[in-house]
Order: sequence, then structure tokens, then C-alpha cells
Amino acid sequence: MHMIPVGTDIMASNEKTALENREFFDRYGIYVVNLMSAPGAGKTSVLEQTIKSLKSEYDLGVIEGDLVTTIDADRIAATGVPAYQITTGLVCHLDARMVHTAFHGFDVKGFDVLFIENVGNLVCPAEFNLGEDLKIMVFSTTEGAEKPKKYPLMFHEADAVILNKVDLAPYTGISIEELAQNVREVNPLAPIFAVSCRTGEGIEAWITWLREQIGSRNFDKAA
Amino acid sequence: MHEMSIAQSILDIAVGEMEKNASAGIRKIKISIGEFSGVVKEALEFAFEVLAPETPAARASFEIEVLPMTAECTECGKFECRLNDLNLLCPGCGRIAFITSGREMTVDYLDLE
Repeated sequence: MHMIPVGTDIMASNEKTALENREFFDRYGIYVVNLMSAPGAGKTSVLEQTIKSLKSEYDLGVIEGDLVTTIDADRIAATGVPAYQITTGLVCHLDARMVHTAFHGFDVKGFDVLFIENVGNLVCPAEFNLGEDLKIMVFSTTEGAEKPKKYPLMFHEADAVILNKVDLAPYTGISIEELAQNVREVNPLAPIFAVSCRTGEGIEAWITWLREQIGSRNFDKAA
Repeated sequence: MHEMSIAQSILDIAVGEMEKNASAGIRKIKISIGEFSGVVKEALEFAFEVLAPETPAARASFEIEVLPMTAECTECGKFECRLNDLNLLCPGCGRIAFITSGREMTVDYLDLE
């Protein structure tokens, strides 16, 4: 018997790499937004709308995370913004190291804002910091008002929740008040933006908020 | 199934400590995970069973302690949260409360040969 105390955080290795990513973003003045959601909630559509609104003001770039295919990176590239696809194979989330490795194939230094679209998954991505400024959760009206209670960690971790597909709310029967209350209970501080990427409804409020967040970030370029 | 990544981190930490202590093998790994860590105990046990055979922890026992989640209201103090109906609005006064424990993920100790 040889018992030794350890006391090491299991996530320490990811946190260390996330911090290195953060220092890199600081040095080059890059604001980083991590988008998370279940598959099909509309992360790529939110990105397309966001790019349309911001691309005349900022140099934008996108890192796409998917298990396989470059379909999403191709969609982003069609907007005229540089996109880089990480294919994770069987891994259900992006971690800080995958993002770090992407920098070797994708020059992000000139970007003002870098969006990272995480793998579509309502559980695992919540656990892995990437070194980002914002975690944004995209949720859609087709998913049901109870989901914040069923998947509390991701909703809790989000800095804001974008409720997409509000144009479909009359057909899905979702109660937006009930959903908002459930989000408030697991994350009392996160603003909720009700949008429709199809009609453009509500996008302006999200963009206004995002612009304020980007504007209030002070970069430590000596980092 | 991010428990695979977590099990790999646990093994990396354990093997690192084993080497630091110039030990020949690991008999036991004890960890703690908070109820709100997003880790499923059974999935983590399964991931450990899959990954351990190729490592010096092949015969190690693996003990997971699950720590309960608590939150604190600045006015009313601590209260216990339930994961199956998480509500961070204080049950006493409705103010916003903050999670004070339940997010832990720690390798607590090892038993080395």
C-alpha cells in the first residue's frame, strides 16, 4: 500500500490549453464566440445571418466542428468569409487542443471576430472551454420548452440563448413564456433572443447585443 | 460520450503521478465528480474499463464519489439543488442564486504499488 494524495482537476489539461488559446486571442485582438446547440437547431443559419450583419464592420472567420463532412464550412465559405472545418471523427465535442491545432492550418491572426461552431450536441460541448469570450447556445422552437431542465449544464454555461425558428412557434405549440422561465431557472443571467433566421425577425437585437460585447472587450496584447 | 476524453485525462494524471513516484503500477484511483459536472458515472466507469487495459492501471480499482450540488443565495444562504429540476432562483426569496458546489472533477488520491 502506498497512498498518495493527488487533488488534480481532471479538466486541468484542457483548461491549460484553453488558457493558451485565450492568450493567443488576446495577443492578436481576436474576439471569439463559441456556438453550441443540438443538431439542427440552426447554428449555421445563425452564423450566416450574423455574418451578413457584421461583415462590413469586422474581419470575420469561422471554425466549423463536425463529426464528418465539410458541408457547413462550404456554406460559410459561400458568404465570402474564410472558414476552416475540423472533423472530429467520432468525438462528440470540440476541445481546446483541436482548436489550437486548427491554427496550424488556418491563419486566424487577422480576424477581429472568430466564430467557432461546435459539434451539434446538447451535452458534451458544455464541458470543454476553448478559450472563447462567449458561449452562445442556439435553441429552436421545435425542440420543446422542457429542454433547459433536461440539459441544464449547457443552458447554465451559456452567456446568451438564441431561440431560433420563432416563425414556427404557432405550428409547434411551444410556450415561449414557459421556455423563457425554464431558461431563467437554470441560468438567471442569460439574455434570450427570439429570432427567425428564415424571416430575419429578431436578428437585429442579437446583433446589437453581440456588438456591445465585442466593443467592451479589452485585449491584453502583451499577453 | 465525452466520458472517453475524461477517462483518458484521469489515466494521464494517474500515470504521470505513478512515474513521478517511481512506482511500478497503480492499484486504485479515487476520483470525485460533482452532480452537475455533466459526467455520467456509469459511462465513465465503462470508458475506464475500455481504456485502462493498455495502461499501468490495468488492474486498478476505480472509485467514483459523486458530490451533491448546492447553491447559495446572498440573502438566504445555502440550499441544496436537485439536478432533476434545477432552479437557481432562491426558493426563499426568488433572488438569483449561484452554484457553490457540484461542478468538481478531481483525482483525489492513488494507491500505488
